[in-house]
Amino acid sequence: MDVLLAILIGILYSAGAYLVLRRSVVRFIIGLVILSNATNLLIFLSGGLVEGKPAFVDESGYLVFLTDPSPQALILTAIVIGFGIVVFTLALYAKFYKVSGSDDIDDLKQTDTPEA
Amino acid sequence: MNSRILNIAQKYLKILFVVFGVLILLRGHNYPGGGFIGGLLASLAYVFQGLLKGADKQASKSVSNGLYLGLGLSLILLSVLPGFFMGNAMQGIWWDFSVGGWDLKVGSPFLFDVGVFCVVIGVSQLFFYSLSRY
Amino acid sequence: MNIVIAPILLPLVFLVVFVFIKNTRVGSPLAILGFGLQFILSVYLFYQILNLKIMVLQVGGWQAPFGITLVIDQLSAVMLLVSNLIAFSVAVYSISFVDKYMVASRFYAFFFSLVLGVNGAFITGDAFNLYVWFEVILLSSFVLITMGRSKDQLEGGIKYMTLNLMGSLFFLAGLGLLYGKTGTLNMAHLAQIVRVNPEAGLLNSSAVLFFIAFGIKAALFPLHFWLPASYHTPNVTVTALFAGLLTKVGVYALFRFFTLFIIHDREFWFLFLSLIAVFTMLVGGLAASIFYEMRRILSYHVISQIGYMLMGLVVFTPLGIAGGVYFMIHNMIAKTNTFLISGLVKKVNGTYDLHQTGGLLKSHPVLAVLYIIPALALAGFPPFSGFFAKFTLIKSGYEDAHYWLTSVAVLTSLLTLYSMIKIWNKAFLREAPSPNEGFSCVKLKIDELLPSAILGIGSIVLGLGAPFFIDYLSEMAVNMIHPHNYIQAVMGDLENLTLLKP
Repeated sequence: MDVLLAILIGILYSAGAYLVLRRSVVRFIIGLVILSNATNLLIFLSGGLVEGKPAFVDESGYLVFLTDPSPQALILTAIVIGFGIVVFTLALYAKFYKVSGSDDIDDLKQTDTPEA
Repeated sequence: MNSRILNIAQKYLKILFVVFGVLILLRGHNYPGGGFIGGLLASLAYVFQGLLKGADKQASKSVSNGLYLGLGLSLILLSVLPGFFMGNAMQGIWWDFSVGGWDLKVGSPFLFDVGVFCVVIGVSQLFFYSLSRY
Repeated sequence: MNIVIAPILLPLVFLVVFVFIKNTRVGSPLAILGFGLQFILSVYLFYQILNLKIMVLQVGGWQAPFGITLVIDQLSAVMLLVSNLIAFSVAVYSISFVDKYMVASRFYAFFFSLVLGVNGAFITGDAFNLYVWFEVILLSSFVLITMGRSKDQLEGGIKYMTLNLMGSLFFLAGLGLLYGKTGTLNMAHLAQIVRVNPEAGLLNSSAVLFFIAFGIKAALFPLHFWLPASYHTPNVTVTALFAGLLTKVGVYALFRFFTLFIIHDREFWFLFLSLIAVFTMLVGGLAASIFYEMRRILSYHVISQIGYMLMGLVVFTPLGIAGGVYFMIHNMIAKTNTFLISGLVKKVNGTYDLHQTGGLLKSHPVLAVLYIIPALALAGFPPFSGFFAKFTLIKSGYEDAHYWLTSVAVLTSLLTLYSMIKIWNKAFLREAPSPNEGFSCVKLKIDELLPSAILGIGSIVLGLGAPFFIDYLSEMAVNMIHPHNYIQAVMGDLENLTLLKP
């Protein structure tokens, strides 16, 4: 299971990196989403996988094997933050598209050229 | 979108979404659930309405999302204050009631949850309406 | 009731209030009141830290490695003091430079949330919590930098946002790996584990990821491209605020992580960081010298001076760390001040372009005096703050035999002087090239000059009070290099608990 998940993370990272390097803005945003999901899975995996055990102590208070709840809390936080950021990204690019009429990242040269 | 079936169904679905969201919120103290997920469910009601009637109209009609945000943030702030003054900051402070044989436990974490619930509703409305303008 | 959480609670209160307030007449005075209160609070905390050395709050009463810890140590206290001073003066400045449309789109709410994030990042003792504060800073800065929505701003905002998002993802991935290896994200606990466990050198993968993340935030050499592309686009109030606070949070995080728990493989990190520091200083300084737009010159300067702060970390002697932090607080104050002045120059001359400015020495002598203080401080003239900061750094560099690094630092100092004099000559000293009479009789109001005056006094106090500050910072540096007090204060009774994953 660990190995499978590791391979999946690798695939997600490479797909994300590929999409981020594209010139189209929409693909770029999808790339960002994929990268952030890959990172969330990475936290999940490196927190240690325990199968079929709860993250809570049962009523007897007996705990031997239980899933570590903190990676899940970390991921939840990261997902919520990622949610907000993706929406902001979409809104920003939509606004930019409206102003400039371009979907090409190579058109973003204006603020880099000296003495524009 | 102009579908009569959806239009009528939406009236009931709206109530369902809100009630289910509140249930999840209340359940969240000891079981999976809570303010965030409950808020997302409840905000589906608004999203549905917006999809049907057009987001622009809906945005002008609905309660200002700024109000939800402000209300939620104020509740979150309120939930921190009792801990700040009565012990350790952000510590949960609990009050036990029993009303008609029901044991009720009300505490500052619940206030926090309700705050998150409101913020999530406000924010997802804001997201939905501002993105659907494009 | 514990005062440690107050730097987070106070901006949160004002943030909530400003969600409801949308007009300038109520907004500006209330914002000044809020930032004034925060500044008073940070002075009080600094005063407390002088005696107590360290203050700890286990949030919610959860003991250290399990809950989130807030720690104010000597580094946090001084950073809080300076950043709140900057926030206060920028708030005063915003009265005449932020129009009512920006206030209506809740400029002040995002201003407070930015400061909330900065304060939170300075006082947290938990690595993941630091990530959350970084995101708070990032989201509010995204909104601030695109507020106004001109095409340039949107473009600059996109570059800023993209690279900083990448930085956050690297940070998060590093945290995930760190948690996987050590089973904790509490910084004090990490420091303890790293010092007890011989296998802790395995943290290197996380360390590299952290370096990239903080390097992007701090605009270190190969990762700095977002900064000059975006800092000259927004309202000058926003730029001044960003120049003072944002990159320095990244540098603060580098200082915190690389002194507290990334302490293995020092030879590798020394070589690597010193190369980065050299290039950061040179590239920033050289690039600044070819531009003639004030805000661009100053933006490249921000980069060049990050190199000096990094140099303090590279030297890693108590004097070096003290010098690095001293340089950081000096730079925060002086750099914000120069950006504020550039806004005033724009107001009087109508442009940021140095080809078209001039004649300010005659028409606005007060402005000239206010400019020359931070300019000389940045270039490193006594008795201003920059001299003592650079002197400390360069002395520590020579004592520890980093000759190359130190020589580059001295050279870059000349480049800084060149740029500062370029602005002085072109904007203040020479006659105005075209008779723009309409502009030169613009009177500057007291609330426009006051923030620069406050920060100028800050630079002078930091310079004249050098003995006090160097004593304070040296003690802080010793405590940072040997963080036993920090660990003990945070971990308390659980001091012997080292919980490594099986």
